Amino acid sequence: MRKTTYIQAINEAMRDEMRRDESVFLIGEDIGHYGGLFRVTRNMMEEFGERRVIDTPISEQGFMGMAVGAAMVGLRPIVELMYMDFFLVCADQIFNQAAKMHYMTGGLVNVPLVIRGQQGGGKRYGSQHSASVESTFAQFPGIKVVAPATPYDAKGLLISAIRDDNPVLFLEHKMLYFTRGDMPDAEEQYTVPIGKADIKREGRDLTIATFSYSLLQTLEAAEELKAEQGIDIEVVDLRSITPLDMESVLMSVAKTGRLLAVHESQSNAGIGAEIVARAYEEAPYLLKAPARRLGMAPAPIPVSKPLEEELLPWKKNIKAAVLEMMR
Amino acid sequence: MAEPSLKASVPSADAAVTESAAVLATEQLLPMYRMMFLIRRVEESLLELAESGKIGGAMHTAIGHEGAAIGMAAALRKDDYLTCTYRGHHHSLARGMDPQRAICEVLGKAPGFAKGKGGSMHFLDPSLGLMGANGIVGAQVPHAAGMALASKIRGEDRIAITFFGDGALYQGLMHETFNMAQKWKLPVIFYCENNRYSEMTPISRTSSVDEIYQFVRAYGMESIQIDGNDVEVVYEAVAKAAERARAGEGPTFIEGITYRLSGHMAGDLETYRSSEEIEMQRAYEPLTQLHQKLIDRGVPEEDLNQLRAEVEEEVQAAVEYALEAPWPDLAEAYTDVYQV
Repeated sequence: MRKTTYIQAINEAMRDEMRRDESVFLIGEDIGHYGGLFRVTRNMMEEFGERRVIDTPISEQGFMGMAVGAAMVGLRPIVELMYMDFFLVCADQIFNQAAKMHYMTGGLVNVPLVIRGQQGGGKRYGSQHSASVESTFAQFPGIKVVAPATPYDAKGLLISAIRDDNPVLFLEHKMLYFTRGDMPDAEEQYTVPIGKADIKREGRDLTIATFSYSLLQTLEAAEELKAEQGIDIEVVDLRSITPLDMESVLMSVAKTGRLLAVHESQSNAGIGAEIVARAYEEAPYLLKAPARRLGMAPAPIPVSKPLEEELLPWKKNIKAAVLEMMR
Repeated sequence: MAEPSLKASVPSADAAVTESAAVLATEQLLPMYRMMFLIRRVEESLLELAESGKIGGAMHTAIGHEGAAIGMAAALRKDDYLTCTYRGHHHSLARGMDPQRAICEVLGKAPGFAKGKGGSMHFLDPSLGLMGANGIVGAQVPHAAGMALASKIRGEDRIAITFFGDGALYQGLMHETFNMAQKWKLPVIFYCENNRYSEMTPISRTSSVDEIYQFVRAYGMESIQIDGNDVEVVYEAVAKAAERARAGEGPTFIEGITYRLSGHMAGDLETYRSSEEIEMQRAYEPLTQLHQKLIDRGVPEEDLNQLRAEVEEEVQAAVEYALEAPWPDLAEAYTDVYQV
């Protein structure tokens, strides 16, 4: 066992898959010679060369479209979006093209494409570089969405995403990049399945279903609530948004009787609303108290640090929500 | 409207125009004529079906555009990739798509190649290199460039061609794609079927550039303007572009001047042009041209009549087959969302 950063875990997953499978290649802005704005693709150009690590101009529509085309004929492109907010620049290629292709073609064509990059607030990047996009993507069948929180899950899920025959959105978080976690030795092969949640903390009183950086905020909140209030929280790390592992969530709620869904994308019409709705549809009898969701407040993300923290569903807001539910 | 050809036979002087010369043997032209007539009759039949209410949604026919499809199909290899616009029946049929299954697809019937889920705007058959027509203007163009990139990454000599209308030139991603394709010398052919209308609006009202083929010159790309209604001219231009692409010399932009004799889509009111204009164009349209070519070469009219009679029968049978064909099983509504 060793410890790696989240960035290193992602880099290793891409490197291992590119060594294993000639059809995998990287494409995006500043990913090659520079090694990626956040250094996630460091050393890839040196090992795999310009043929498989492609620096593009700032043309998100164009290179996303080309990646879709390459995937349609069997290559496995990994596209880096420098900031996940930029998906809106190339949204047609992602949603109208990649996500719908298999269906529109009656199954004749599939698009084994990975779109990866970082999202989220916390670094004072402001409104156009801090959004969380998972809820928007969840509206589109045909594309899978994963958002790992630990280096172990990041590596295992990215390998699964690359090997998946469908488009997969792989969501990193800028606050997770330098976090460290346990990792098997480099030569040890493993994957984490898409669509499977993981219990990151066991507890009796209340279930929090979350993912990505919100998981870290939730775990901290859980420790403090335990120490300060004696409230024992179970934390379900969804890891995948599409498909959503509701079974694991409901298994946990069966134990705790209370459900709070936490995420950084908007609360309104977000994935948390979906989780809560499905809990009421599928197992209302499990709930001892009204289920709730806590997402981003209805505003774009501001630059100012206290304002950003006011709006984000971080520890302070998570604790407040739990205390209300436990009252 | 003083110029009766509307440029069809008079491309601008500084464009590298391919001269119309006998580049294909009569035996090669005959099956091309047969195919062109088949495409014409399939599309005319589809328009009739649309008028009778049997086809829903938007259906775009390419009546008058067939020269591009026929010339291309003769010039490229069967495994070369092709993507095209929602006005794409002609490319697919020219590359060998079964008309029976094509009509079924437009009608949303089970034997359609996409089980009726794609319809008129999403014609494809990967076994024929047909990688998809597209409902979003311009979206298929980076796909073809990506397929060319795939060939380059794999070290293969399959090239890609993509068809789009003049209207697509005004989408931003086109220019992103042109730039990357030229910079990376991708083996791709950009074929613009310039019918001079962006849907219902003449490009003279929207374009800041008079000659479309000049756009990509800014990227340093080889670019020519041709008579897109003459199959031999198209054949020669595409063959030459394919040769360049396979030799690693990069992309070529071909502006094929043509004219859409049918409306933008079934049900188009066509208030934007006169019937005189359409009539003028009938003298230059590809089927008339090819017919005249064959007659000039001494092919007896009765041979061509015979050929057309065969096609009539084939298309009629295909329409009847499609009308009788079953709807897809309801379970199909839920399949193919993901590859499993």
